[in-house]
This record gives sequence, structure tokens and C-alpha cells, in this order.
Amino acid sequence: MQTTPCVTVQNVSFWYGSNQALFDINMTIPQHAVTAFIGPSGCGKSTFLRCLNRMNDRIDGSKMTGKIELSGQDIRDRSVSVEALRRTVGMVFQKPVPFPMSIYDNVAFGPRTHQLARGRALDELVEKCLIDAALWDEVKDKLKSSAMALSGGQQQRLCIARTLSVSPDVILMDEPCSALDPNSTHRIEELITRLKNEYTVIIVTHNLQQAKRISDMTGFFLRGELVEFGSSETVFGTPARKETDDYINGRFG
Amino acid sequence: MTSLASTPVLFQRRVLNALFQALCGICAVIAIAVLGYVLWFLFRQGITYFKPSFFTRLPDNVNPALGGIKHSILGSVSILGIALGISIPIGILSGIYQAEANGKLCQIVRFLTDVLNGIPSIVIGLFIYAIWILPYAQKHPGQGYSGIAGGAALGIMMIPLVMRTTDEMLHLVPQSLWDASLALGTPRWRTMLFVVLPSARNGIVTGIMLALARVAGETAPLLFTVLGNEFLGPITGPVDALPLRLYKYATSSDPVQNAMAWSTALTLILIVLILSILARFLTRAGKRS
Repeated sequence: MQTTPCVTVQNVSFWYGSNQALFDINMTIPQHAVTAFIGPSGCGKSTFLRCLNRMNDRIDGSKMTGKIELSGQDIRDRSVSVEALRRTVGMVFQKPVPFPMSIYDNVAFGPRTHQLARGRALDELVEKCLIDAALWDEVKDKLKSSAMALSGGQQQRLCIARTLSVSPDVILMDEPCSALDPNSTHRIEELITRLKNEYTVIIVTHNLQQAKRISDMTGFFLRGELVEFGSSETVFGTPARKETDDYINGRFG
Repeated sequence: MTSLASTPVLFQRRVLNALFQALCGICAVIAIAVLGYVLWFLFRQGITYFKPSFFTRLPDNVNPALGGIKHSILGSVSILGIALGISIPIGILSGIYQAEANGKLCQIVRFLTDVLNGIPSIVIGLFIYAIWILPYAQKHPGQGYSGIAGGAALGIMMIPLVMRTTDEMLHLVPQSLWDASLALGTPRWRTMLFVVLPSARNGIVTGIMLALARVAGETAPLLFTVLGNEFLGPITGPVDALPLRLYKYATSSDPVQNAMAWSTALTLILIVLILSILARFLTRAGKRS
């Protein structure tokens, strides 16, 4: 499939202390598409995802080499502020983590931080994000109540709304459905498919069926290396490498 | 198939289980029983003079039964207020530093805080006396003792307690909450102030209340600082406090005042209890909004 590149990754390697977690990763992630990373536990796919918004910066003793460009700009350049980068590259985590505040304040937190809106405009922004995250109808009458009281699936959609609230270009998702029941998973998958019209979605998943269902591009990681990267159709249909074939057919991993 | 019948090993396990369960239960009951006995004893002895006039009047040395401890209550409450005002900002901010900063200085601060925590309270009273009250008294004979100095002494005692609680409670906040906030592009200070600190709030408030309860009964540091007073005075001068009043009444030659010592002790415990309940109530109300 031919689209504009959004994220370009060149020769990225990553170390936790002396332990190398990623080996020379190269890929071009297209804009306004869903890209999935699959692979067995500990293969480095989450580590790689966290490189894309520099969440690994906080880990003591970690080191990265290579280059990651977002729309042509090196994300590790000195002129790049990590706060601005993370605003542009949002992230949804495996476990839904609402902030200990009301539903409204959860979504309004980001816009308030970056001073994007206030008053009526903020109300409208919160409403729009909750609608986009398919949560509005369930919470519109209890915006002022605590977000902790929501169900797991609702909390995850709230976290997606919170991510949307600072209008990112890219949304990273680290196994967003693994803590959810099949029904909530289905809703989130529908949501992801809709989100790609406006955002570039990059998702890590253990669920191969999910990757196949929702992604346009798929990358297969194994022991810190990117074994295969291409359109999901190819990777799942006619994989070029034997390791990929073995993994997606459940022969190991 | 394995036999479902009991074996000697399983029987032994059951006996051991029952034994230790009983032991844990008995120890728990003993611990509670001591507390219950203290409270019951205090209540029975203290209730005699527990009437409105006891809280609204000053000591009456002519007719002790008509006297009260109004000035001691007000004194204690204002001293504790000053202690809170000193220890909360310093304790919480240094607790945040402990939780977030790394390195040599941080370890030194942590060690010194433990040392401060271990200093006997009378030494802290003596310290305030030496650097504050004595120099003042040398310039202005007969003056120097004050409620503010007492509050400072108790505040110094509370700092390491508040700091340690804050540090521990912040460590209990899961990394995932940090990540969720930072991933929105939130700066670290804003994450701490609006996301991490609020989720540690209940634990910190509880810790502050425990620290307050501990220093509320301190007598030694007050001896050197607030002196005690038979009358109601401003906190810039000598004031009375509940522990001092308790000591004074308990060692009095008058049997009525001896009995009033129990009522004073009961008042002290009730004040701590009310403050704790109030703090719980406030944090819970805060969480709902």
C-alpha cells in the first residue's frame, strides 16, 4: 500500500544497561493507517513502541542509537521538547489508568496542561473526545463523578479519549485490549478502525487475530529483531520468512 | 487416581494451621485489649468532671471543682496548629524530594532525617530553649517563653514523620500512573502536583494525623518553651497546654484536681480523635468532587 510516510525508523538499537533489547530496526510507518507489531513476550515490541514517544528516557541506564523521524524531524534532536513530542505521539497503555479525578477532569487534563482550551471551548473539546472514543452516551450524565467507578472497558475508552484530547498525530497502543473482555475488545477494535481516518495508529498486540483484523501493516519482532515488516495481507497470507510463518501458525512462541 | 483419604502429613498440617491461627488471634486480642482497657479506664476516671464548665472556665484555686481547662485546650490547639503549619509544607516538599531525587545528597538527607526522628523530644525542647528563649530572656528579663516557640518545637518533631510518610506514600503510587500522565506530554512537576500527589493524599493525611497525635501528648518539649499558665494568654507569651495541665493536676495536692487530671487526659485523647475523624472526612469529601 502506498501512502505518505509518517514515522521513519533507521538503524535503531536499544539497550537496558548492558542488555541489548533491540537490534538495528528499520521501517517506514505509513500515515493514517493501523500498523501492528506482533511477536512473543520479551521480543522488544513494547520497548520499540516506547522509543517512539521517548517513554524510555526515564529508565536509568538505557541507551538508544539510530534515528527516528516523525514527519521528517528527528525526535531526539536537541530542539525537540519531549513534552511536545508526547503531545504529538499519544499513548494508550495495557492497563487502563484513569487519573484519580472526575471523568471530565480526566479528559480536560491534557488540554489544560497545554492550554489548548478553556471554558465553553473546553467543554466542547471534552465532549468531542468522548464521542470520538465512543464513551459519550455512557457518561454524559455523570461527567463530574469519579473515573475510578467506570468499568474496565469504559476506563480504557476514557484513556483513549484522554489521548485524543491533546490532538496527537500518532497514537501508540500497547496491548490496549489485553485486560478487557471480548465485548469491550470488539468496541475498541471498531474504534481503532475509525481512528485511522484521522490518526496514525501503531498497536502492539499478542492477539494475532486482532492484528489481522484491524491492521494495514504488520511487523513481526523476534528476540529484539524486526524479522518481517509489510502489509498485513502479505505477513499473514504469504510470509517471506519461515520464523513468521511458524509464529502466526502457532508452531512456537 | 490419588486417594482422597486424609494422610498423617495432611493431619499434621491442619493441626499446625489451627495452632498458629489461634496464636495470631490471641495476640491480636491482647493488643486490642490493652488499648480498650486504657480507654475504658480513662473514660471511667475522667467522666466525673467532664461537664460544660470544665471546658469553658479557667482553673479555680479557691474552689477547684468549679474550675476548667479552657486555656489549656485553646493553648494546645494553637500550638498544634503552629506545628502543623511548620511541618506540613517542609515535610511534604522534602518528602517529594526524597521520593524523586537520587544521589548522594538525597541519601544524606534521608539519614539525617532518621537521626532527627530519633532525637529525644526533650532535647528538641532544650534546643529551642537555648537558641530562642534564653537569648530573648537575657535581653528582656522575665520574657521569652511563648506558644509559638512550643509550636516550633513540636513542628520540628513532626517534620521527619511527615516527610517519611510522604516519601513512602509516593513510592506506593504505581509507575503506570506516572506513565499515563507523562505520555500526555505533561511536565514532571505537573504530574506530581495534580496526578501523583492527589492519589497519595489519603495516606499522607493519615500519616500527618498520626504524627500530630504523637506530638499532641508531648510534655517535655513544652516545659522549656511554653512554660504553662494559669490564665488565658496570647500565644506570643507563656500559654498552657493539655499535657502540662495534666501533669500539674496529677501532682497537685488537691484531690479534686487529681481527678481533673483524668478528665484532661480524656480531653486530649478526644481532641486527637476528633482531628483524625475530621481529616478522614475532609479527604473523603475531596475525593468525591
